[in-house]
Order: sequence, then C-alpha cells, then structure tokens
Amino acid sequence: MDDADLAAIWLTLKLATTVTLLLLAAGTPIAWWLARTRSRFKNVVAAAVALPIVLPPTVIGFYLLVALGPNGWLGKLTAALGLGLLPFTFAGLVLASVLYSMPFVVQPLQNAFEAIGERPLEAAATLRASPWDTFWAVAVPLARPGFLSAAVLGFAHTVGEFGVVLMIGGNIPDKTRVVSVQIYDHVEALEYAQAHWLSGAMLVFSFLVLLALYTTNPQAVKRGRA
Amino acid sequence: MNDIVVRLHLDRGDFRLDVDLELPGRGISALFGPSGSGKTTCLRAIAGLERVEGAHVAIGAEVWQDAEQGIFVPTHRRALGYVFQEASLFAHLSVRANLEFGMKRVPRAERRFEPETVARLLGIWELLERRPGSLSGGERQRVAIARALLASPRLLLMDEPLAALDLRRKQEILPYLERMHDALSIPIIYVSHAPDEVARLADHLVLLDAGRVVTSGPLSETLARADLPPSFADDAGVVLDTVLEGHEADNLSRLRFDGGVLYVGQRKEAIGAHLRCRIHARDVSLALARPQGTSIVNLLPARVTATAPTDTPGHVLVQVRMGATPLLARITERSRRELDIVPGRELWVQIKGVALLG
Repeated sequence: MDDADLAAIWLTLKLATTVTLLLLAAGTPIAWWLARTRSRFKNVVAAAVALPIVLPPTVIGFYLLVALGPNGWLGKLTAALGLGLLPFTFAGLVLASVLYSMPFVVQPLQNAFEAIGERPLEAAATLRASPWDTFWAVAVPLARPGFLSAAVLGFAHTVGEFGVVLMIGGNIPDKTRVVSVQIYDHVEALEYAQAHWLSGAMLVFSFLVLLALYTTNPQAVKRGRA
Repeated sequence: MNDIVVRLHLDRGDFRLDVDLELPGRGISALFGPSGSGKTTCLRAIAGLERVEGAHVAIGAEVWQDAEQGIFVPTHRRALGYVFQEASLFAHLSVRANLEFGMKRVPRAERRFEPETVARLLGIWELLERRPGSLSGGERQRVAIARALLASPRLLLMDEPLAALDLRRKQEILPYLERMHDALSIPIIYVSHAPDEVARLADHLVLLDAGRVVTSGPLSETLARADLPPSFADDAGVVLDTVLEGHEADNLSRLRFDGGVLYVGQRKEAIGAHLRCRIHARDVSLALARPQGTSIVNLLPARVTATAPTDTPGHVLVQVRMGATPLLARITERSRRELDIVPGRELWVQIKGVALLG
C-alpha cells in the first residue's frame, strides 16, 4: 500500500466517524418520534427516511449535486451563509453520507425504542421523572443495544458507499477520495495488486464488524434489519 | 380533610365510564368489579396516565385535574405512587437503583421514608444488589411497591398488584400489604377483581360494573348489602373485624366483635390481636328459636333487616343484624316463606364456617 492508499483509508475513517456521530445526533430524535408518534405523517417520514435503501446512490447523489450546486436552493443558502459551495468538498461528502446512511441508524433505533414499550416510561412518570428526564434515564439505557447496532451499521455503511461519493465528492485526494473510490482508480489503472490489498482490507473489516455485531447483540441486529 | 375526589365521565362508544367518587383519605379503598368494568381506566385517570377530558381529580386541597379551572397536572408532578400489574422494574438498574429512582427525584425535605425502613418492611433488604431479571415474581412486585413508596406519595395506586402471581406468591405478598396498611398512613386505592384480596385488605369498597359505581362505602356495610347485582351476590358474604379475646380450655379461641362473640379453632396470635374474618352467606342458616341439639358452635341472636332475591332461582339473601353488625344468609325461598322471614323479625343465626383472613 502506498501513501495514497493510506490517505484514502484515513479519510474514510474520518468520514465514517464524523458521519456516525452526526447520524446518532440527528437519527435519535427522528427514531424517537417515529417510535412514539400517532401522527398520520408517520408513514410519510418513515418512507422518506428509508428511501436510500432502495434508490440507486446515483439518484441521491444527482439530486444533492443539483440542490447543492450554485443554482440549487441549498447551494444558494450555503453561499449566502458564507460556507461556499459544498459539492466536491469533505463537508458535502459528510452531508450526502448522513442522508444516505440515515435509515441504517434510524431503523435500529426506532426498533429499540419501540421494543421498550409504554410501560417503563409510564412507570418513570409515576416516579416523578419528566419526559426529558425519562428519555435519558430510562429510554436511552434500555435502547443501548439499538444504539450499538445503529452506530456500527451507520459507520460500516458509510465506509462502504461509492456511488454517492462519486456524484457529490468526486475524486480529490485527501478531500473526497475514500477507499472505495481509490479501489476503483486502481482497477481503472489496471493496478490489480493494490486493488487486491485495499479490497481485501475492506472485506475483512466489513466481515469483522458484522461478526462482532451478531456475536454481541444478535437480537438487535435481527430487529434492526427486520 | 384529606378526602380523594374523583369524577370521570367518558364515552368511547362501546366503553362508558360514569364515576363520581369520594374516597376516605386513609386506609385502603378497593375498586372492585369484573374485568372491563373500568377499574384500571379509573386508576390511570387518577394518575394522569390517561387523559380523560372534563375529569375532576383532587386529593385534599390539591387539585390534579379540573376542567373548569383548566388544570391538568402531568403525572410526574403528582405526588403519587403507582404499582402496575406486572412489576415494571427498570431492567437496566439494580434493585437499589430502582428503589432510589423515585426517591432521588423528590426534594430531601419532602421525603417521608428511609430506604432501609421500606426495604425491611417489604422484606427486600437482601435483594438490593440484585438485578430485576434475577428476582422471582413476588420479589419483583415487592420491589415495585417499595419503589413507589420511596417516591413519598400522598396517594398510592395499585392496579391488581397480585393478579399476575400464582397463589403461593400471592400468599407471600399479602402479609406485606397488611403490614403496610398498619404501618403507613398513606391512603391506597387498590384495584382488584379477587374477592378474597378485597375482603382481606380493604377498609372501603367501591363496586364497579360496566363503568358505573354500583355502591361505595365502608367494607363491612357494603359487603352486607343484600341487593348487590347478581355478579357480586354469587360469592356474597360479610367481613367482620374482631379482637382476639381469649382462649377456651377445649382449644377454641374467642373473638369479640360489635354484635357478640365467635368461636374459632385455636389461634396463635396474642390476646388483643385484631383479626378479620369472612363469613359466607351460604355458611349461615337461620332458625326461629335457639337451636337445640346442634353441633354448630356459633349461635347468635339477630334481627332481620332486609331480604332480596338472588340470581339462583329459589334462593334469597337475607340481611340480619347482630347488634349493629350485619350478616348475610343465603336460604331457599321456601324456608323464607315457611319461617315467614321479613324485616323486623327476631331470630337466631347458625354460622357453619368462619374464614379467618391473614
């Protein structure tokens, strides 16, 4: 492996870590809402969150590219805020990855919250805990396996993405060239030996992550993917 | 004045609730009725877990819900304790942390009990470091009761706390509930569909049927009503609160109550102990004169105060009083006619069986 490969690995880990943290922060309230609401918009929101599971990554990438571009509404917003334009930057890649991996975080969390049921929350209320207090003191600890699954799946899914990266991130060393893109470059250049090294590393990494998940927490995985 | 006032009116099509209750601010009030009669909904509305529009809930001077004043105090701001049918302990916390959950959220100055006192009262002192998952059903329910008490409630609500337990576990918990009743001054509303629990624990009885209050009053008076709906009259019988007065030479114990004396098999309790006993209407027969040559020990003079039909054809319930204490007898309509049993008539009751509770 050369420096470019190591840089790609480093960038991938940085991206996946950032995205996972953002996903947990954004996905938790969405999952909590989906698990508890009786709103008739529940299914609409749930379907929207799940879209990346069925859509080709290129479709999501394409819409994001348009929206974030100089003539897109998000692009105008970021430009007006002095953030510049996000396509082909690390920040743009983070944003795209957050949207793309959202279902892999929201669904395990939602399932974990639903599995808690109403009763422990009611019990907490009769023991003087406010809803906010109950969320942190009862719901989050009881949903811990769900958080673990969500974090691992979000992280692994971000590491494994390719189409969205190409569309919105391009292929800029140290900025947007992640491992999956680097492998593509190697193959294009007929550097099969290097492609083997990186691909093998990805394969082993993904397998170990899933193995760890299934071993430590078989229920949560089943519920998470159900 | 610490009375509990509950007014609920609810119409959900197939389920109606029409409850207007004033309960004593002390002792155990039982909400008793068949399933689907609205007991649990009542309790949940009192706790604020279920929001019944237009309801009025107040305990003493503290109003928890009132439509006209626009008051709805959320559950976590009501000084109540709630024991669910299943213990509902927090699985991620130790027994100790479960106990402290409510306590920690009550300002120190408002705490009424020490964890140690409550843990000993409910016999869970040995369990503090255990996880809820490793406890038996009975132990879990005792921890849940202790947890509710440690939140220093002004009112304890118990929703069939024994229903999910088998007979042995029930027998294990009942003595603790009796001790609570004697040792603490918290009013308790106790939902149950088990007559034996109610007879054993309650001071005040509310009968609910199909969302309506059939009757509400002190336990012994309410159970002694001859005109209860058939679903209750089936297992009719009264409860007497007695004092153990002495022991006889032939291994019988003497129990004194307002209207006389009962003899039962020798009791181990100390002289002066309070014993509650239940006398089923089917175990009571009536005679116009003091029966001679009978093996029945408990013969008492009484006066008929009411009669009412039962849902078993050919049978009637007769309410008599020994002094002020009421008793129910279940006899055939033929006997009633032949002995001419009408209100005001003096006669003798023979009691075949006295069930001691506890």
